[in-house]
Amino acid sequence: MKAKRALLPYLIWMLLFTVVPMFMVLFFAFTDKAGTFTLENMRQVGQYSNVFLRSIWQGALATVICLLLSYPLAYSIAHMKFKTQNVMIMLVMLPMWMNFLLRTYSWMTLLEDNGILNNLFAALGLPRVHMINTAGAVVLGMIYNYIPYMILPLYTVLTKIDNSVLEAAQDLGANKAQVFARVTLPMSMPGIISGITMVFVPAVSTFIISKMLGGGGNLLIGDVVEMQFLGSAYNPNLGSAISLVLMVLIIICMGIMNQFDDDDERGAMMI
Amino acid sequence: MKTVSRIYMVLIFLFLYAPIFVLILFSFNDSSAMSRSVFSGFSLRWYSRLFQDRLIMEALGNTLVIAVVAAAVSTVLGTAGAIGIGSLKNKWMRRVTMNVTNLPMVNPEIVTGVSMMLLFVISTRAVGANLGMGSLIIAHITFCLPYVIMSVRPKLMQMDPHLYEAAQDLGCAPTSAFFKVVLPQITPGIITGAIMAFTLSIDDFVISYFTSGTTQTLPIFIYSMTRKRISPEINALSTVLFAAILVLLIVVNARQSVITDKAARLQSEAEEAEA
Repeated sequence: MKAKRALLPYLIWMLLFTVVPMFMVLFFAFTDKAGTFTLENMRQVGQYSNVFLRSIWQGALATVICLLLSYPLAYSIAHMKFKTQNVMIMLVMLPMWMNFLLRTYSWMTLLEDNGILNNLFAALGLPRVHMINTAGAVVLGMIYNYIPYMILPLYTVLTKIDNSVLEAAQDLGANKAQVFARVTLPMSMPGIISGITMVFVPAVSTFIISKMLGGGGNLLIGDVVEMQFLGSAYNPNLGSAISLVLMVLIIICMGIMNQFDDDDERGAMMI
Repeated sequence: MKTVSRIYMVLIFLFLYAPIFVLILFSFNDSSAMSRSVFSGFSLRWYSRLFQDRLIMEALGNTLVIAVVAAAVSTVLGTAGAIGIGSLKNKWMRRVTMNVTNLPMVNPEIVTGVSMMLLFVISTRAVGANLGMGSLIIAHITFCLPYVIMSVRPKLMQMDPHLYEAAQDLGCAPTSAFFKVVLPQITPGIITGAIMAFTLSIDDFVISYFTSGTTQTLPIFIYSMTRKRISPEINALSTVLFAAILVLLIVVNARQSVITDKAARLQSEAEEAEA
């Protein structure tokens, strides 16, 4: 009986500061400045459809590259000695303790036309490459900032796979590639899915990375939202409408991803 | 095969650490902020400047106050909440509570940020106040709470529920049974949650950006600098913070391995004694 009372302050706090604000976003999205109901904001969201598409495309690209880069790494770490594993995982997490604005700023130093990488290219006799303020730089920034969120769940899932299961598959005549495709990969599906969501959600909704590495020409949906609330185009109603659409899109994406998670059989069959 | 995977690992870690290395290197750069990609000699002057910069120190102070308060409040509130969620018998109620808990984790940060901004702007306008430390602390407590719950709940579920009843049967009052039996069992989870809350709070930019009004925290201060040129003072500051965390991690890790070694030794001794 007493334990239930412990829940009350927590529940009240969460209702006040997460549920109520969500309803305010909903309210603002469907009202005008005077507070009367309107669908005008929703109609205006349509004009940002290309920004939505660009955000989703770049976020998805960064997520896929993160997955492709992280899987071999997580796999190698999971097959090391236990003590080395701990050190490696600490090395993966350590960069996250450096403020991420500064790490992104550091990429500006590296990617600039007169930056460290270009100076390095010049010293090696290679042509200089224009990298900063391109879509590629934004995707690079996303990969850099969010790759630990992909490596960690993959590693967790890969260490949990029982070695005897792999041996059993080999005993039953599977070669190395088959063991990987039929056993290891399907069994690491939960890690792949949580990695994808943990990278995709922040990558799609970022506004700092695009601002710092993308210049003015690579607006993402996060930038548009920010402009409506704190920037030049002050209009919280439209900003709420865009946030609402962004939220719904992400919920749909996650729903599709979770379909794969619930159904192991199908996941295995697709591979 | 092994060398291939080693080379691959080195490349990935190079990618992860190159910007950090650049950052640290330039905190020792002798030249002014004007050349951010030319290193022109070793100097410690940014470090001495750092401690004289009133704005940076003020932002650092705000950040630390917010992080300590947010970590403390969210740890207490979250631990109580985790115990409460565990005691819910009704499945439907529990699912709703867990969904509300997960909301700030699955929502994009920017949406959490703007939604709280709407709430704070409207409620402060009603009482004639402004956004600032108060709204920042509330916001930080809110986004830390799910992480505290996430680290305390597994410990609670691992615990044998009969222990609490047994303590009461042996004459403990419910409160002292809680403090003497339940709390020690879930302490590791509470500590993990508190550390997580503290680090999340220190590093947060997006949610703070929308709920801070004119108050400066360190990440907000850094952001305002990135729009012009970053002074190497900031590089110096983050190098100091990074070094502090590195030392902390090494100490914690060393202590942990001492503890696990000790535990392993005790266990093997116990097994020998049994035999």
